[in-house]
Amino acid sequence: MSEAVNQHTEVSYLEYKGRFKGLFAWIFSTDHKRIGLLYLYSMLVLFSVAALLGLAMKIELIAPGKTIMDAQTYNSFFTLHGITMIFLIVVPGLPAVFGNFFLPIMIGAKDVAFPKLNLLSWWIYIIGAFIALSAQFIGDGPPDTGWTFYAPYSFRTGTNMLPAVTGAFVLGFSSIATGINFIVTIHRMRAPGMTWMKMPLFPWALYGTSWIQVLATPIVGVTLLMIVLERTMQIGFFDPALGGDPILYQHLFWIYSHPAVYIMILPAMGVISEIIPTFARKTIFGYKAIVVSTLAIAFVGYFVWGHHMFTSGMSGTALYTFSILTFFVAIPSAIKIFNWVATLHKASIDIQTPFLWALCFLFVFMVGGLSGMVLGALSTNVHLHDTAFVVAHFHFIVFGGTGYAFFGAIHYWYPKMFGKMYDKSWANIGLAIFFTGFNILYLPMFYLGMTGMPRRYYDYVDEFHGPNIVSSLGALLMISGLIIIITNLVRSAKHGEPAVADPWKGKTLEWTVASPPSLENFEEIPTVTKHPYGYE
Amino acid sequence: MFSKGIADASNFVKGVDTSFMVILGIILFFLVAITVVMIYFVFRYRKSKNPKATQIHGSVSLEILWTVIPTALVMVMFYYGWMGYKPMKEAPDDAFEIKTIGRMWNWQFEYENGKTTDTLYVPIDRAIKLDLVALDVLHSVYIPAFRLKQDVVPGQEHMMWFIPGREGEFDLFCTEYCGLRHSYMQTSVIVMPQEKFDSWYIDTTQTVQLISDKPGALGLAIVKKNGCLACHSIDGSKLVGPTWKGLFGSKELVKTGKEKREVVVDSAYVLNSIYNPNDDIVDGYQKGLMLSYKNELTEEDIGEIIEFMKTLSEDQ
Repeated sequence: MSEAVNQHTEVSYLEYKGRFKGLFAWIFSTDHKRIGLLYLYSMLVLFSVAALLGLAMKIELIAPGKTIMDAQTYNSFFTLHGITMIFLIVVPGLPAVFGNFFLPIMIGAKDVAFPKLNLLSWWIYIIGAFIALSAQFIGDGPPDTGWTFYAPYSFRTGTNMLPAVTGAFVLGFSSIATGINFIVTIHRMRAPGMTWMKMPLFPWALYGTSWIQVLATPIVGVTLLMIVLERTMQIGFFDPALGGDPILYQHLFWIYSHPAVYIMILPAMGVISEIIPTFARKTIFGYKAIVVSTLAIAFVGYFVWGHHMFTSGMSGTALYTFSILTFFVAIPSAIKIFNWVATLHKASIDIQTPFLWALCFLFVFMVGGLSGMVLGALSTNVHLHDTAFVVAHFHFIVFGGTGYAFFGAIHYWYPKMFGKMYDKSWANIGLAIFFTGFNILYLPMFYLGMTGMPRRYYDYVDEFHGPNIVSSLGALLMISGLIIIITNLVRSAKHGEPAVADPWKGKTLEWTVASPPSLENFEEIPTVTKHPYGYE
Repeated sequence: MFSKGIADASNFVKGVDTSFMVILGIILFFLVAITVVMIYFVFRYRKSKNPKATQIHGSVSLEILWTVIPTALVMVMFYYGWMGYKPMKEAPDDAFEIKTIGRMWNWQFEYENGKTTDTLYVPIDRAIKLDLVALDVLHSVYIPAFRLKQDVVPGQEHMMWFIPGREGEFDLFCTEYCGLRHSYMQTSVIVMPQEKFDSWYIDTTQTVQLISDKPGALGLAIVKKNGCLACHSIDGSKLVGPTWKGLFGSKELVKTGKEKREVVVDSAYVLNSIYNPNDDIVDGYQKGLMLSYKNELTEEDIGEIIEFMKTLSEDQ
């Protein structure tokens, strides 16, 4: 049936002519698909810059002492790398790009509930990005506080902090608006017959994510505003020199920023829950367990922020409580892993690029999650806190988890989004190089952390030299893989083979519409009768 | 763990390393087991081998099984983590106290008899308690070989304690990012036998000897104690603050408020720059990085520092 639909009866969203022409037809479009692509292109540019900053830092660390940059440059590089990657890419990433594009289609809707608000979100995002990045070029030098803006250093530094903080504040509104939009869309716009328990798992993950965005983002907004007021008006919230409390800042910052990690990872888990059944030709194992664990992560994730502060001098009771809750939040993630692996049992697996990304995701996400156990336990945390081990753990979860899911998602939905197919062998070669480089880059950092190398170190003592060389070479390999992957994707958008409506034989609704979809997605709103992964 | 590999470097190493072994054992088992099963499934059930998938929707008993087992295991990990950590919070009353001061970007240790050093000297087999003070921003004392870390928070009192169990020299790093020279904010812990420590501890004659030494020696001792050289070089290289080589007596372009003016670096200028560091900022340097040393240095101390600075200008 899918081939029949692919005969273009309506013009695709890419070719559709609206009120505006050229660039304006994109930046003023309220079509959820075009907005998704606007985010994709913005993030592609920002990601490339931030990844190169990361590479520059790894090259600096290849030998002790000065290699290619001075300490001030290094400190501003890791700050900009962190701010860009976290606030501009990983937090908004999957919901803004693939949520926007596929949420309405997967639940059988023509668009999100509030298309104009959706466009406004992108504009706020762009404005926030410009404000944050302007700190690099105006004032007294690029910020050097790290992406955490810890007080009181963020008040003491002479560098240009305010734009970075204001930018992050503005970006919060984009996140909140998208969250509200998705919640309403999911509640009100599911196709007839799509009950909650017939909804695919990516929309479920977006649902959990959206609630965190709406409820947690205002906290960081208020916190960042307090920094701005403290810096401009000398109100003593956090700076002890003005009677403030630096630990209060850490609490407020992590009350948002820990749930933010789940904003990053939940949609990633949703993507993996879509890819695995499609290529296994098999219904997902434990659909309800995955839904429940998604909601459990979204809920328990609010109560574990204190594990970022185990060495800050909190009371014994606080440490005890945060440690035990941290271990509890690991269980729903473990349940998901078991269900994904169980889905492969007695499957009929078509090994294609998106599936390989999902497999690599499972491995790196397990390394990330399991290394989190070492950090969740108090005695081992004290030794590892603020060392390279944490950096490795974080990159395995966030770059490994969310990043791999992002690339998995783009290889999975690419034919649908652009109506073209990428070169599969180049995609696989790129992935192999990237995956190898990734592990060579980050695995030695676990070892470095265990032997005691602190993070955010521009220079280090000789005993850390060996693993740093390996890690830096891994970075070069990984970036080479990334270049192949991205070049292949960009090139194929123009030169790729035309894609059919359902290249992977998927069962969710997006595979029933044309590739690329028409402006309103469906000629007729479908009625859903079956389970989303009905391969019977 | 791994660091220097000494099991008795401090009284906490054993507890922490046991937690490491238990947790690493559990997680490596799961990582390997799940990865092997996953790869086996991919090969065993690939399309060419298994053309038709068997549809299985789930299994309640399996879901219960793989919820209960991880829950039990994380409780085990939590227990070991807590047991290894608990003693770190409970310093004995008779511990030997040393005031530990962190500031951008050096450490300073003050002993009860007034002795002050930039390296931590401690006797072996004796409970040591560090009372932690931060003068400017957050820092964190990290002694990897002892498996110990505690943030140093301005305006708050925290402590860390340990019993060193092995003679030798161990690294002490700052692990809370504190600005430009964060990665250079490191020193050593030197563990000595009690008798050797005692003779080091009661020896307060050092300063007296220094005065008879060459000119500026006492000034240099004060400079080292207060960590001035973390930001001001004496060999002409550019750090956060202006170098002292050839500085005294020279003419410098400074920014006073919004006005630029030229000053001669004399005793009055140096004194004011130490007490009110943000009054005049030398061209090309940043405001706000240096704190006033009004409470740390007397005018006599600064006089000695100036004597030392003079020696750096004479060399030219």
